Amino acid sequence: MADTAPEPNAETLADLIEAQRHLEGPLLPILHTIHEAYGHIPDTAPALIADRLNIGRAEVHGVISFYHDFRRLPAGRHVVKICRSEACQSVGGAALSEAVLAKLGIGWGETTANGAVTVEPVYCLGLCASGPAAMVDGKVIGMLDTDRFDRVLAELGA
Amino acid sequence: MLKDQDRIFTNLYGMHDRTLAGARARGHWDGTAGIIEKGRDWIVSQMKASGLRGRGGAGFPTGLKWSFMPKESDGRPAYLVVNADESEPGTCKDREIMRHDPHTLIEGCLIASFAMGAHTAHIYIRGEYIREREALQAAIDEAYDAGLIGRNACGTGFDFDLHITHGAGAYICGEETALLESLEGKKGMPRMKPPFPAGAGLYGSPTTVNNVESIAVVPTILRRGPEWFAGFGRANNSGTKIFAISGHVNNPCVVEESMSISFEELIEKHCGGIRGGWDNLKAVIPGGSSVPVVRGENMRDAIMDFDYLRDELGSGLGTAAVIVMDQSVDIIKAIWRLSKFYKHESCGQCTPCREGTGWMMRVMERLVRGEAEVEEIDMLFDVSKQVEGHTICALGDAAAWPVQGLIRNFRDEIEDRIKAQKTGRMAAE
Repeated sequence: MADTAPEPNAETLADLIEAQRHLEGPLLPILHTIHEAYGHIPDTAPALIADRLNIGRAEVHGVISFYHDFRRLPAGRHVVKICRSEACQSVGGAALSEAVLAKLGIGWGETTANGAVTVEPVYCLGLCASGPAAMVDGKVIGMLDTDRFDRVLAELGA
Repeated sequence: MLKDQDRIFTNLYGMHDRTLAGARARGHWDGTAGIIEKGRDWIVSQMKASGLRGRGGAGFPTGLKWSFMPKESDGRPAYLVVNADESEPGTCKDREIMRHDPHTLIEGCLIASFAMGAHTAHIYIRGEYIREREALQAAIDEAYDAGLIGRNACGTGFDFDLHITHGAGAYICGEETALLESLEGKKGMPRMKPPFPAGAGLYGSPTTVNNVESIAVVPTILRRGPEWFAGFGRANNSGTKIFAISGHVNNPCVVEESMSISFEELIEKHCGGIRGGWDNLKAVIPGGSSVPVVRGENMRDAIMDFDYLRDELGSGLGTAAVIVMDQSVDIIKAIWRLSKFYKHESCGQCTPCREGTGWMMRVMERLVRGEAEVEEIDMLFDVSKQVEGHTICALGDAAAWPVQGLIRNFRDEIEDRIKAQKTGRMAAE
C-alpha cells in the first residue's frame, strides 16, 4: 500500500472520490479509499471532498480527525502494527514492543528516519492464542519474539 | 452443560469448513425459503416466543424490537443495520462468528430483513477487524453467487442486498445512533432519542439496529422452534449465549453455553478453573468493561443471566465478556485503566461525559497512588452519579459504572491505600 503511493494530484483524487460518490453515506468509503491509495489523507483532499459532496470543509475535517484510523501525514514504506491488548501483554507483548521501539529509536505512531517503517499500536488482532502478535502491511504474524521481529524488521529495511 | 447437538455455532473455533458448502453441511441455509414463505408476522411472533433478548449488552427483547418497525411503508425504505462494532474491552464473541461461521449471520440478515420489510441491510464492522471483514465479504460473495441473497433471494421473490461498511477506529460507533451517523459518513456522535431508529434511523428511514449474535441465532431458532430456544436458561433469560472468558483462568476461551449457567460451572467446565484456585479469585467483571465489578466471593454462586446479575449483584450480563481477576491484580489500577479508556473514547458531545470522564480518571490516578483524602471517595461517587444518566448515550453510564462498582465493592482497599500513603508505608500485601 504505502510503498507504491503516488504523489497526490487533484485529478487522481477526484477520480477516487468520484468512484465512491454514488454510495449512500459516501464520506467514510471515500476516506478509506484515499487512505488506502496514499497511506494517509493528503492536505489537498478535504477541500476537494467537501466540494464534491457539497458539505463544509470543517465537516470533512471533523470526520477525519474523529476517527483514529486516518493518518494526516504520510506513513513509512511499511506499516507495522503491534498488538497492545491484554492477551498479548500477558505473554510479553509489552516488553517486545518496547524493545522494537527502542531498536528503531522511535515512539508509537512515528516513522524511522529512513522512512522505512511506521510503528502503530493496535488493540487486538484476534490472535490471542498465539501472541504476541503484529500486523505488517496488512499481514498478521503471531508468536513473535525479539529475534523473529528483528528478522521481520531487517526484511523491511529498517 | 450445553450438549453439542444444541449448539447454534458449530464452527466457532474454525476447525471446520467456513465456506458455503461447509455451512450447508452443518445445516445452515436449510429451508430458508420455507421460513420466508411463512410471512413476516409468523417470524416476528416466533422470535417473541423464543424470548431472545438482544446480545449486544442492553438485553432488549429482539422480537419486540422488530415489531416496532412499520408494517406498511410510507414510501421510505426500511433498513436493518447489524452492529459488528464489537469494541467493548474484553468482548470477542462476534469476531468468532464473523470469521468462522459467517453464514449464520448472512442467513440471519436475510430473514430479519424480510421480517421488517427491509430490502437493504448494512453490517457495520469495526476498523480493527480486517481479517473478519475479508472472511465476511467472501461469504457474502458466495451467497450472492449462489442466489441466496441479491435479487429474488432464495427464489422467494424477495430482493435483498447486504453491504459491509468498515469503521475507522472509534469505540463510540458501537452505540446504535452513533453507528447510524457513522454509516451516513459523519462523525460518530450519538443522536438524541426519540425519535428512535425504528421511526427515523438511517437517512431518516425506519431502521433496526441489532447485534451480530442476535441476528446470527435467528435462523436456527426458526428452524428448531422457539420452544427449543426458550428451553435453556431461566424464565425471561432464555437461550444459548456465547461467553468470552478472559483473564486469570487456566484456559481463557470463547464458548457457547446455555443462559443462567452458574459462574462456577462455566469456569470449571470450560476454563479449567481459576488460576491458583477459588480462594485466589479477587474480582470479576461479568459483562464487558462497562458493567460494575463484582467481588470474587459473591461471584462463585452467581447465575450468569441478565436478571440475576442486575438484581442480585448490581452488575450486568452486558455482552457476556467475563473478565476474571485474581489476587495479583491491583483492582484500583485496573479500574483506572478503564477510566482512561472511556476518557479517550468520549466523543465530546455532552459536557458531563466529556469533562466527567477526564475528572474521574484524574481522581482515580491519585487513588491508585493513595494520594487522596478519604472524603474524596464519596466525592468521586457523587461525580460519577452526575455523569450517569445525564448524557445522550450510554457511554456516560458505561464510564461511571466501573468506578461505582469499585467504590461499592472495594472501598476498604481504597481507604487502606490512602491511610498507608499518609502514614508513609504501603499496606503489607
